[in-house]
Amino acid sequence: MNRHLISAGDLSRDDALLILDTAEELARVSERSIKKLPTLRGRTVVNLFFEDSTRTRISFEAAAKRLSADVINFSAKGSSVSKGESLKDTALTLEAMGADAVVIRHSASGAPHRLANWVHGSVVNAGDGTHEHPTQALLDAFSMRRRLGGLDGRRVTVVGDVLHSRVARSNVLLLHTLGAQVTLVAPPTLLPVSVDTWPCEVSYDLDAVLPKSDVVMMLRVQKERMNAAFFPSEREYSRRYGLDRDRFARMPDDAIVMHPGPMNRGMEIAAEVADSARSTIVEQVANGVTIRMAVLYLLLGGEIAQ
Amino acid sequence: MSEHTEHTGGEGDALIIRDVRILGAEPTDLRVENGLIAEIGPQPPGGRSVDGGGAVALPGLVDLHTHLREPGREDAETVQTGTQSAARGGYTAVHAMANTSPVADTAGVVEQVWRLGLEFGHCDVQPVGAVTVGLEGRQLAELGAMADSAARVRVFSDDGRCVDDAVLMRRALEYVKAFDGVVAQHAQEPRLTEGAQMNEGVVSGRLGLTGWPAVAEEAIIARDCLLAAHVGSRLHICHVSTAGSVEIIRWAKSKGWNITAEVTPHHLLLTDDLVEHSPAGAYNPIYKVNPPLRTRADVEAVRAALADGTIDIVATDHAPHPVEDKETEWSAAAMGMVGLETALSVVQEAMVDTGLLDWAGVAQRMSVVPARIGRLAGHGRPIEPGAPANLTLYDPAARTLVDPAAFASKSRNTPYEGMTLPGRVVATFLRGKPTVLEGKLT
Repeated sequence: MNRHLISAGDLSRDDALLILDTAEELARVSERSIKKLPTLRGRTVVNLFFEDSTRTRISFEAAAKRLSADVINFSAKGSSVSKGESLKDTALTLEAMGADAVVIRHSASGAPHRLANWVHGSVVNAGDGTHEHPTQALLDAFSMRRRLGGLDGRRVTVVGDVLHSRVARSNVLLLHTLGAQVTLVAPPTLLPVSVDTWPCEVSYDLDAVLPKSDVVMMLRVQKERMNAAFFPSEREYSRRYGLDRDRFARMPDDAIVMHPGPMNRGMEIAAEVADSARSTIVEQVANGVTIRMAVLYLLLGGEIAQ
Repeated sequence: MSEHTEHTGGEGDALIIRDVRILGAEPTDLRVENGLIAEIGPQPPGGRSVDGGGAVALPGLVDLHTHLREPGREDAETVQTGTQSAARGGYTAVHAMANTSPVADTAGVVEQVWRLGLEFGHCDVQPVGAVTVGLEGRQLAELGAMADSAARVRVFSDDGRCVDDAVLMRRALEYVKAFDGVVAQHAQEPRLTEGAQMNEGVVSGRLGLTGWPAVAEEAIIARDCLLAAHVGSRLHICHVSTAGSVEIIRWAKSKGWNITAEVTPHHLLLTDDLVEHSPAGAYNPIYKVNPPLRTRADVEAVRAALADGTIDIVATDHAPHPVEDKETEWSAAAMGMVGLETALSVVQEAMVDTGLLDWAGVAQRMSVVPARIGRLAGHGRPIEPGAPANLTLYDPAARTLVDPAAFASKSRNTPYEGMTLPGRVVATFLRGKPTVLEGKLT
């Protein structure tokens, strides 16, 4: 594996499977009453969050703590960053503190690539702008594998704002690597112009794709897109691309529903669909901690004490 | 090559430039007197002389598109350092763009910049005037006052911003006819490029960076060509970057309309995939520029257009930025690249070594025609007796490793760092006076 985890595209099939298998092993440990492992004792993990994301930060924090790493949370709000300190100076500060891994969330696509130029530790991308969110894709793949068995040949439909979605980018790359067939469904305004070069199928018609899906992953529609003429109205979006009860009924019986959260209930997903037994949304959160443990463990070269 | 002074008497301020190949022709000598070329042909030994060592002699280069940053951003560049950089690159005249602070939208500011150029004397500085007050695209600046000022402004541009209001653009095109001016348009439809970060295409889609679509350039160029034709005005199009723009300009010129266009050295050589894969790492803002680097097909199209005359000239769009404005995440970084000191080498790499242009063609596109568009009477003249001795001596056989630390420019934001480029400017002469000798400022 690379020293960093910045793009899902950097993972070979073997790397990806190693992470998923390691996560399985760690999940068994998590079922014990004492969840903590001494693996990363004495190592320092910095959560560097330039964007508010309590869910993701907590997930990484729990993962690092279960591996006994020291965790420093560095949030941009109220710090020197909000006073105009550059990413480079922040990086040099972390470097001086001896961070072994930096988990970065940033609103600018590519910020983790830049950070990797300035720190010696491992950089883990916890979401960069509209680029990627590789640990989300890993936890999604992990959740799918647990529900469906393998991923080879599985048909995964990703629905929503692909253009601005880091979750979609990472999922397309990782699922392709793992042998799944991905179909993106969105209004044409929310697809990149070059989406035909991606390793996936594309459709504008959710109803045509649903019956052929083993997994339907709904993406969050950001409020700001609603006011920028990407689609005429929330209601029209919801009618054409929302996963409501009727559409849910047309999915194959064993197909599952996913959402990276946070959800707009009633917009891209109906509440009863989100809460159904075939929804993995809560599992995804739990699996997030496990997969992030596996990533930190593998990047920092820890050992699992049996 | 060095300057030898042997007083053999009777020669006044005469200077012999020995062993140069004019536009790449057979070696000969030049005698320069009183700032003019006095004679071409073998010269007797002795006298004050410079040995050209077989270098190619070109008419002094003229840049129609330079950002000197003064007044306002003297941390990035000054008239002094910018013109030193120009001289090092073989330029004897530069057009200083108007997007300074304060904006060059009054006679006072253009005269200030023009006087600073005169004072330092590394090359001539011809200020460009803003088209609209404060570059804000709402009200015409006092174009006539700038034209009538000591700076004699003939090129007007809101470069950095597009004059996107069609009525305002029409009026500007019409108005400058009264003093033989030209509007140089930065073609960028603003609504189509809100938050744009790089060329919209395969790479932007993968990298999740907001796209700058080719159509945003092409739509403005098409509109402006039609406007210029309608009112019978002269239009110049800055930094053409797409294959579609080339087709539109080719069509407009076929109608006989009075349109000229420029391409930058970086758009002749570099492509958008450098944002994803380069020795400098992914998302390195050293490649962030406006208009953005495009695709290989666009590079091929602008090269062919420069070769066949559809694109008239090479202009650098030299855009200095301090280190801290580039050592950031991509979206926070400033757009632009320095270009004066590498322009001729890049043109050799992209156009001469590929067989698309000979040295006479380079002289047309980097000196003669830019001087004509800018109405600079003393520049871009053929190398012949009686012409001002504005000359660039260039050794195309040299290879130069680009080292930003060696630049005369105050800024280091070059995309060519670490690349080996062909050729080297060995000397530059401004009205007979060397501004650069042996590659160094005099």
